[in-house]
Amino acid sequence: MNAELEFHPPVDNPGSPLPENDSHVSQGRFEQVLRAGHFAVTSEIAPPDSADADQVYQRAQLFDGACDAINATDGSGANCHMSSVAVCALLSHVGYSPILQISCRDKNRIAIQGDVLGAAAMGVCNVLALTGDDVSAGDHPEAKPVFDLDSISLLSTIRIMRDESRFLSGRKLDKAPKVFAGSTINPFVPPIENRVRQLQKKINAGAEFIQTQYCFDMPALKSMMQQAVDLGLTERAFILAGVGTLASANTARWLRTNVPGVHIPDHIIERLEGAKNQKAEGQKICVELMQECKQIEGISGVHVMAYRQEKYVAEIVKESGVLDGRKPWAPGY
Amino acid sequence: MYSLRRFASRHSRAYETVYNASSPIILSTLRVINKLVGERLNTPITWLEAKVKGVLFDCKMCGNCVLSSTGMTCPMNCPKTIRNGPCGGVRENGNCEVNADMKCVWVDAWDGAQKMQHSREIELIQFAPNQQHQGSSAWIRLSKESANIKLQDIELEVKP
Repeated sequence: MNAELEFHPPVDNPGSPLPENDSHVSQGRFEQVLRAGHFAVTSEIAPPDSADADQVYQRAQLFDGACDAINATDGSGANCHMSSVAVCALLSHVGYSPILQISCRDKNRIAIQGDVLGAAAMGVCNVLALTGDDVSAGDHPEAKPVFDLDSISLLSTIRIMRDESRFLSGRKLDKAPKVFAGSTINPFVPPIENRVRQLQKKINAGAEFIQTQYCFDMPALKSMMQQAVDLGLTERAFILAGVGTLASANTARWLRTNVPGVHIPDHIIERLEGAKNQKAEGQKICVELMQECKQIEGISGVHVMAYRQEKYVAEIVKESGVLDGRKPWAPGY
Repeated sequence: MYSLRRFASRHSRAYETVYNASSPIILSTLRVINKLVGERLNTPITWLEAKVKGVLFDCKMCGNCVLSSTGMTCPMNCPKTIRNGPCGGVRENGNCEVNADMKCVWVDAWDGAQKMQHSREIELIQFAPNQQHQGSSAWIRLSKESANIKLQDIELEVKP
């Protein structure tokens, strides 16, 4: 190729990949923070129902200085929004460290492998493999569900592309997508006694980080973490506990009844109900949960889910002190 | 049938014994048939497999049968056709998030697997099925392969 036509990203672009490091699988900041042994904080952005890039940046800005990485959800709850690949590309361009969520509900293996390559080309360094909610849960229940892969097959696919530099078909890639791969686990729903085996299966398939479903039931979380530590799983993957803010007792009840897999013990709801200011109490609970998670052996960080309460995330993280004064990178810092 | 397939998960140990005893016989019979008449009987064999496994396991004829690795529970009955379940949406009573009246296929599968001799085979990674095999006979395909359907190593490489 003519040297003048070659594409060189500007050197001072904060979104440029970090220097390669042999002990890291990606060139991203999120992996670097975890491997350095810091307690990481991630949160998630709800992609807008809009073709406006500024809305993405406005939503990301709320997490400035509080989060090491931002998940971009992929049609969460089977509702249609801006694509997670686009959100991640926009965020990468200005230097954020986004986590690309890929759900198996809407795309087959051809589309997904294309997205992984495309996202990596645009600077995305982290991918989260999900099976995804069924289409019946969302705003397009008449859509055709795909589910060609499941989360574990997707993790295997990502690992094959990255480590063997080929498609599933065997066709070689000129440049492999160097992404840090993750998945999710829900320790609170049946079969509870086998959830740790499911976690092990995901790690065997290639998960290097795990973000859990909402953790409100600390004894159950501790029990699973103890099993994970005993099996040596926390040596092989970074586990981030999912925490959330509940706006009120009613919201908590609604979440518990309507969102699959959300487990909120009664004592949390009673505590919210008894509070004068339920919103403030919800945030206080979140702060306490984060502090408690940090004490649990094997937990490497927290994933804060605050749908429609994103503006409080930075404050909650600061209040909890889990970053130990560390300030995650953000544009302009 | 729902009740029969749940019966299979509950009695996975007995089904496993029958499966281990019968599958070499079925597969070698199929190899003999193939030698004698070639592929002429493939349609009735496929029909028979669909009927037998349909009644016993609600088999969907994906053509990539993994029953003996999934607690004698057919994973294709999962609304998301997950091959390495369960997902995170299982209800507190163990029912499916999509179909509230149905027991989660993977809760049954893990329960079934615990009772089996090869109880850890469920921990093997099952790559997504080959869609080209949909509707075809897994018996015939297995009889053609090297007939090596023994327990593989847990650390096995994923081969899509």
